[in-house]
Amino acid sequence: MGTTASQIGKDRLAEYQELTFLTKQEILLAHKKFSELLTKDERDLQNIRVPMETILTLQELKSNPFRNRICHVFSTSDIKNGSLTFEDFLDLLSAFSDSATLEIKSHYAFRIFDFDDDGTLDCGDLEKLVNCLTGETDDTRLTSEEMRQLISNILEESDIDKDGTVNLSEFQHVISRSPDFVSSFKIVL
Amino acid sequence: MTHSKQSSVDLYWNASLNPDEPLSSYFLSWHPVFMSVCPPVRSPVDEEGVHDSFNQLIEEQSQHGGRSDAYELQELQRELDEEGRDIVPYLSSPGHDLRERRTRGREGEWADDEARDPGERWSSATMKILSSMPSRTIGRSRGAIISQYYNRTMQLRRHKQSRPAIRDFSRSARPSIRGYGMEDSTDAEGAEVTKRERLVNNLQNLSVNDRVRMLRAMPLSVAEKSELRRLALQKERRTFSGSQIPCCSRLKYYIIIAVRHSWYSWLSFLHSLQLWQMALKRVSGRFGTGVLSYFLFLKTLLFFNLFLFLVMGAFMVLPQAVHPPVLPSDRRAFSGLELLTGAGYFSDTVMYYGYYCNYTLREQCRDDGGGQNISVSNGTTPDCPTKHLSYNMPLAYFFTIVLAFFITCIILVYSMSKSFGQSFRIDKSHSILAVKVFCSWDFKVIKRTSVKLMSENICTQLKELLAEVNHKHVKNTLCQNLWRLMVHCIAWAICISSTIACVIGIYFFSDFMHQDLQYRARSPLPIKNHLLDEASLLALPVVVSLINLLLPGLFNLAAWMEDYQSPSVCTYVAIGRHLMLKVSVLIVLCYHWLGRVANETQMQCWESFVGQELYRFLLMDFIFTLLDTLLGEFLWRLFSTKVLKRKRKPVFDIARNVLDLIYGQTLAWLGVLFTPLLPAVQLLKLLLLFYIKKSSVMMNCQNPRKPYRVSQMTTIFITLLCFPSFLGASVCVTYTMWSIRPSSSCGPFRGLKTMFQAGKRWVEELEKDNPKLSVLARAHSYLVENPFFLFVGAGIFLIVIYFHSQVVDGQRKIISLLQEQIENEGEDKKFLITRLQSIHEQKRTPTQRLSSQDSSC
Repeated sequence: MGTTASQIGKDRLAEYQELTFLTKQEILLAHKKFSELLTKDERDLQNIRVPMETILTLQELKSNPFRNRICHVFSTSDIKNGSLTFEDFLDLLSAFSDSATLEIKSHYAFRIFDFDDDGTLDCGDLEKLVNCLTGETDDTRLTSEEMRQLISNILEESDIDKDGTVNLSEFQHVISRSPDFVSSFKIVL
Repeated sequence: MTHSKQSSVDLYWNASLNPDEPLSSYFLSWHPVFMSVCPPVRSPVDEEGVHDSFNQLIEEQSQHGGRSDAYELQELQRELDEEGRDIVPYLSSPGHDLRERRTRGREGEWADDEARDPGERWSSATMKILSSMPSRTIGRSRGAIISQYYNRTMQLRRHKQSRPAIRDFSRSARPSIRGYGMEDSTDAEGAEVTKRERLVNNLQNLSVNDRVRMLRAMPLSVAEKSELRRLALQKERRTFSGSQIPCCSRLKYYIIIAVRHSWYSWLSFLHSLQLWQMALKRVSGRFGTGVLSYFLFLKTLLFFNLFLFLVMGAFMVLPQAVHPPVLPSDRRAFSGLELLTGAGYFSDTVMYYGYYCNYTLREQCRDDGGGQNISVSNGTTPDCPTKHLSYNMPLAYFFTIVLAFFITCIILVYSMSKSFGQSFRIDKSHSILAVKVFCSWDFKVIKRTSVKLMSENICTQLKELLAEVNHKHVKNTLCQNLWRLMVHCIAWAICISSTIACVIGIYFFSDFMHQDLQYRARSPLPIKNHLLDEASLLALPVVVSLINLLLPGLFNLAAWMEDYQSPSVCTYVAIGRHLMLKVSVLIVLCYHWLGRVANETQMQCWESFVGQELYRFLLMDFIFTLLDTLLGEFLWRLFSTKVLKRKRKPVFDIARNVLDLIYGQTLAWLGVLFTPLLPAVQLLKLLLLFYIKKSSVMMNCQNPRKPYRVSQMTTIFITLLCFPSFLGASVCVTYTMWSIRPSSSCGPFRGLKTMFQAGKRWVEELEKDNPKLSVLARAHSYLVENPFFLFVGAGIFLIVIYFHSQVVDGQRKIISLLQEQIENEGEDKKFLITRLQSIHEQKRTPTQRLSSQDSSC
């Protein structure tokens, strides 16, 4: 196949190692997995974009309720269709890797949870977030009364400056109180 | 007095009215005068003076009110005009549409509850200003991120070099000034470009390591980061080529690069060594972080044992194995039972203390004099010319053990403190629901059914938490409370009494077994059944392991009876009871070994006997863990699915399994002194255990329903591993070394009063050979033998701890102050926003009226 280590140049590899939290093996593995998503003639092209639907066939993302958001956050596509290049894919893995810092993890977690991309988590975002967590089926969904109460409680607890939304620093404040976050915000390829 | 007050107020207003004046100068002009108004003497008169001045201030304010309001209006007018100019491109932006739509959509939803979110009442212009506030842009815009990191690099540089160039100071250091929405697109782009240039400039001035760290930690895409890196490197190269760099600094540069590269490859090599990566991924993909933590703990223990094994192997086992001592001829043949008992054939091997010799091993003289037991005092045989390759076995034995324990202690304390720092932050406020919602999703779980189960669990937990928040103050009746208290008392009474009964039983049973052994050894019967003798050695370990297997079942029954509401309390109680049992069992056993067996005079080599006992205990513990896995997990699963026709599988009890691991590790640490190869046995045991537990968990268990706080539990387990387990083992080992007489006919310390004397004698000898080193001997006798220094060290340690706790207390106070301040500023923000809105509306209404008039005309 020829789609192994040889395709990433040595200095590219070194650069990726310097810019992400991934090790050499992880980058090579990522490259292998990524090229498995491509068709044969696409493999020779540089900077090819893989559409979101194909990315989501990966076993690691398939059942994740946040899979669409993850793709959208890490995509650098201009038309915002969630398609990923190999570099975007590396970015994704780097943020979810073992050695990424709490800060970068919480930053990307915030962007994943910020469903409307407006820079704060407001009631709508929180509602969608809770719905993602509890699943789509009717028996696990919270009732609207419960939801209202839950959101007002969350805002009361985490909205320090009382402006009705949770911004990045408030989010990071909450995250820093939960030491389990770093170990659970991980995707291993 | 009045005059000064007047002047202060004037100054204040002057300062506030000058918009170009930075805030600091306002404080400078206002603050000192204020201080002169109210000197820090507290008397009622003075206080009145303060109040007076404030009153006057307020009065002044109302007088000048018109002026300031006018000014405010003027400012806002200008802003709004600018806003009006580019309102058209703004409205066409998709983000705004989205927000509008959402706002509208939500208004329907939250119609009943308008006061909740004041944002709904605000006009689009206010919303726009709100959305470009710095705290909100940082979460989404690239430019804001670049600015933020620009500031960070700036700070880093300021730390490194005391005086950066003036051109590097930004005009606006805040990340927020960007993107107020007023610049049209080209301007915004231009601002971003200059900002980025400045960032590149800073990056280039950082050291290589800092730059790499900075770039890595930026939440930008790889393409952008590589662009930044390229620019920084390019500039660097240009400056390098522009100025003639001396050869040596270039050499330094290359050396740094080479070192960095080798460091990276070393790191990736270490990473590729990671044990069980796939297995762990499969476990975590199905069970999440909780069950994974058990296997990670097992891995940690594996590394501790690997370290011990390597140290023991290199410094004790290998030298002794190369120079085997002359053994008595009547060695017993290998029968197979030895694998269980560790006695018989194994007793005269490198496994046990008794095999090690008490003389100096020499490379060349071994053939003529090495076989005999040459005591250390006259260890230098006259016919041995070379002194180079000598190896003093007792000394090596002593120092290897001490060193291994010391290093293990350091690693344990380090990892414990790190884990404490991570999982117990200085923060009292608890936001359970927010943490639950933001942090409870485990991204590692990838199996579809597990994901579904996790969703269900989170849903029930959220519902429970909400119910708890709602009915926080539902009080039980007195009768119920009494009943609960009684149930708890009964449960504790059952647990404690059963533990005490077991401990007393072990105490007498061990004594009985020991007497029996002695009796049989002395009995003059001609035909001895060796096999039966050896098998009887297994009785005590089997009894103890059986107790360890059965009593936890009783404890679980008690906990089930108690029916705790909070899962964490339930876990802590269970851990407390298990710990009580294991610690008391180990104390009795240690007393048995170090108190009874060690003082037995008939025993030929009590150290080896204790070593064998520990080997047996370790092995039995393993066998019973396997039994537990088989009975508790496999058969129970079969029973509950096939017979009871329930869909539920047993839940993997993480806490109990981890405590079992800790118990086994304590045995291994206890036994290292007597059985140098015990870490190897433990290593094998852990390896097997990993695979068995893994397949059992995958086959038989299901996800626990209760939430499990991984890092706190891990911290607790590491603490338990450090405090009762390791500390207890090292106290026992130290006691053995310092004050128990080693047996006189075997082992490296025969003929000495205590093991500790080996070191002392060596120092004395050193002093005799080389009088210059007498300082060392004196230092040794003062530092090691005198307890005074121990006390001083402990005292200093305690003082340091006390100071640290005081510092933490102070920080806690500061945190609460800062929190208050943030809340105040939030109030200010809200106030300003409403003010802005009202002024905006005032401004809008006339124009609207004007425009409506226009249209009507």
